[in-house]
Amino acid sequence: MSNVTIRQVHKHYADFHAVKGVSLEIKDKEFVVLVGPSGCGKTTTLRMVAGLETISEGDIMIGNKIVNELPPMDRDIAMVFQNYALYPHMTVYDNMAFGLKMRKFDKAEIARRVNNAADILDIKDHLTRKPRMLSGGQRQRVALGRAIVRNPKVFLFDEPLSNLDAKLRVQMRVEIKKLHQRLATTSIYVTHDQVEAMTLGDRVVVMKDGLIQQVGEPLELYNNPANRYVAGFIGSPAMNFADTMIEEVGGAVYATNPTMRIRVPEQIAARMGPHKGKPATLGIRPEDLHMASGADPEDLSFEAVVEVAEQLGAEIILDLKAGGSAMVASVEPTVKVKPQQKIRLGINPAGLRFFDATTEAAI
Amino acid sequence: MATTAVPVPDGGIIVGKPKWRPLESEGNLAMLLLLPTIALLLMFIAYPFMRGILLAVTNSKVGVIGDFVGFENFARLLKDPIFHAVVYNTFLYTFVTTVFKLILGLWLALLLNRDFKFKAFTRAFILLPFIVPTVLACFAWKWMFDPTFSVLNWMLFKLGIVAAGAGVNWLGDGDLAMLSIMIVNIWRGVPFFAISLMAGLQTISPDLGEAAAIDGAKPLQRFWYITWPLLMPVTMVVVLFSVIQTFSDFQIVYVMTGGGPANATHLFATYAYQLGVGTGLLSQGAAVSLAMFPLLFGIVIFQLMYIRRVETR
Repeated sequence: MSNVTIRQVHKHYADFHAVKGVSLEIKDKEFVVLVGPSGCGKTTTLRMVAGLETISEGDIMIGNKIVNELPPMDRDIAMVFQNYALYPHMTVYDNMAFGLKMRKFDKAEIARRVNNAADILDIKDHLTRKPRMLSGGQRQRVALGRAIVRNPKVFLFDEPLSNLDAKLRVQMRVEIKKLHQRLATTSIYVTHDQVEAMTLGDRVVVMKDGLIQQVGEPLELYNNPANRYVAGFIGSPAMNFADTMIEEVGGAVYATNPTMRIRVPEQIAARMGPHKGKPATLGIRPEDLHMASGADPEDLSFEAVVEVAEQLGAEIILDLKAGGSAMVASVEPTVKVKPQQKIRLGINPAGLRFFDATTEAAI
Repeated sequence: MATTAVPVPDGGIIVGKPKWRPLESEGNLAMLLLLPTIALLLMFIAYPFMRGILLAVTNSKVGVIGDFVGFENFARLLKDPIFHAVVYNTFLYTFVTTVFKLILGLWLALLLNRDFKFKAFTRAFILLPFIVPTVLACFAWKWMFDPTFSVLNWMLFKLGIVAAGAGVNWLGDGDLAMLSIMIVNIWRGVPFFAISLMAGLQTISPDLGEAAAIDGAKPLQRFWYITWPLLMPVTMVVVLFSVIQTFSDFQIVYVMTGGGPANATHLFATYAYQLGVGTGLLSQGAAVSLAMFPLLFGIVIFQLMYIRRVETR
C-alpha cells in the first residue's frame, strides 16, 4: 500500500512559520494536487514528504510507516523538479539509469527498465544525447523517465510544467495524466496554476499562508467553495464578488447594495438567519452571468457598464463596472456590445454564493 | 554640406558622393581598437622575450656585450648537475604543492559552500594568505622556521618531540628546506583554490544534489558522480593557473632559502636569477629561464586540450 498520511505537520524556519499544521490523507494510487499562491507552503510540504526538508512538528507516513527521520533515498519516492534537475554531464540513458545504478540493479534489468520508460515517454531516439541537446519538453520527459524507472511508491511533482511554454504545458499535462492512468502510482503534485490542479487532480488541496483552505474533488471545489479565497482561486476568469447587506423584506431575503438588489435563492436563504441585517459577500462566476432579457426578473439582474469586450471566439469576456466594483462576465459570442455601453446582466440563481463578510466562510 | 548635392526636380532624391568614413569598416575599427594592446604586448612581452632569446645565444656578461655562440649555453646546462637538480626540484615542487593545494582547497571550498554563521566573514578571512604581500609573509615564515628562536621548534619542544637546543634545522637541511618552501607555497595557494572552486560549486544547482539524494546516492557518491564531474572544468582552469604560477615561482624560494642550502631548493626562476644577475652571467641566466619555456608550454598545451575536451563533453 502506498498511501501517504500527513498529520499535523508544521515547518518553522528561523523567522517564518511556513506550514501551520497541515493534515492530509492521500489514498493509494490517488493523484493529489497541492495548489496555492507562492509562499503558501505547498512546496515546503512536498519537500518534507520527499525528505529534503526536516519536519518541525507532526508526522509523515508513507505506506503506514513514519518516515520523519528517513533520508530521501530510503523513502522509496521519486521527484520531478521544476527545472528538471537532470545531470548535465550524463546522457539521457545514464540520467534515467542513475537511480537504479545507485540501488545496485544489474545491467540487464537497468537496460530493460530504461528502454521501457523511454518507450512510454517517446524519447527512445535521444538516449545517447546530453540533456542540453534536448528541448524543454524532452528534458521534462527525461525527468519523468528518471522518476518512473525506479517504480517508486510515490511520485512527487514540484511545479514540473512551469518552465514550459503554454502550448507544451497543455500537452505535457495530458501526458502526465495518461502516465498516471497507466502506472497508477500515488502522486502528489504541486502547482500554482489552478487549471493544472483542476485537470490533473483526483483531489485538489487549496493552500494559503501555510494552511489548507479546502480539500476536494475539482468540481466540488468549483461548485461548493468552502470560503471566499477558494471561490476566487478556483475557476478562470475568477468569481466576481460584491459587498452587500442581507435584508429580509416580506418573507424574502435580499442581498442589496447601491447597484443591485438580488433575491437570495430559498435554499441559501434558509441558512441566512444569523446573517440578516449584516454584511455578506455575494459571489457569482462569470459563466453564471448573461445578457438579461425581458424574462429575467428585476431581482436577479443588475446594471453594468462595459469597459472592455474580449472576443475569444467561443465566448466573449466582458470587463464591466457595476457601481464601484469591477465585474467579469462570460457571454455568448453573438452578443454585440460597445465600450461604455450600459447593459443589464442576468444572474443564474443556481450560481449564487454568499460568504460571511468577516470570516469569509461560505454561507 | 561638404558633398555636392544634386537636386532632382521631381523625385526629391539627393545624389552625391558619400562621405569618407573609414571607421565604419569593422576591420579598420578593430585594428584601431587593438592598436594600444598590440603596442603594449610588443613592448613588454615580445621584446623582452626576443631579447632573452638573443641573450641566450651569446656569451655576454655584465659589462661585456659578447659574441654569438649558438647553443653553447644550452649544451652547458645539459651537463650542469645544478641544472639537473633545478629541473627535478621544479617538477617536484610544482607537483606536490599543486596536489595539496587542490585537495585542501577543494575541502575548504566544500565546507565554505555550506550554510553557517559568519559565512561571509569566514570566506573573506580565508583569503588572507592570498592578500598579504608574499615577500612579507615569507619573512614571517622564515622566522617561524628559524632553528633556534622559531615558534615551530618551540612548539615541538613543548610537546616533548625535540630536546632543548636540538630544534629542527628547517631551512638548513636540503630535504627539510624543500618541505618548508612547499608548506609556504601551499599556505599561500590554498585560498585561490578554495575561492575559485567555491565559485564553481555555486554554479552547480542544489537541485542536482537533491535529485541524486532521492535517486539513492550517498553523500560521497553525490560528490563523486555529480559534484566532481561538474566542477571539473573550473578545477582544470584553476590547476592550470596554479601550475604556471608555481612552476615559475621565485619570491618564496628567494626570500626563504635563496636556493640553498647547497642549491637544494633552486627552481628555474631562482637559478636563472642567481646565474644571470647574481653572478653576472647574463647569457647563461637567460638560457635557464628559456629552458623553462618549452616545458611550461608543453604543460599548458596539454591542459588546455584537456579543458577543451571536458568543456565540449
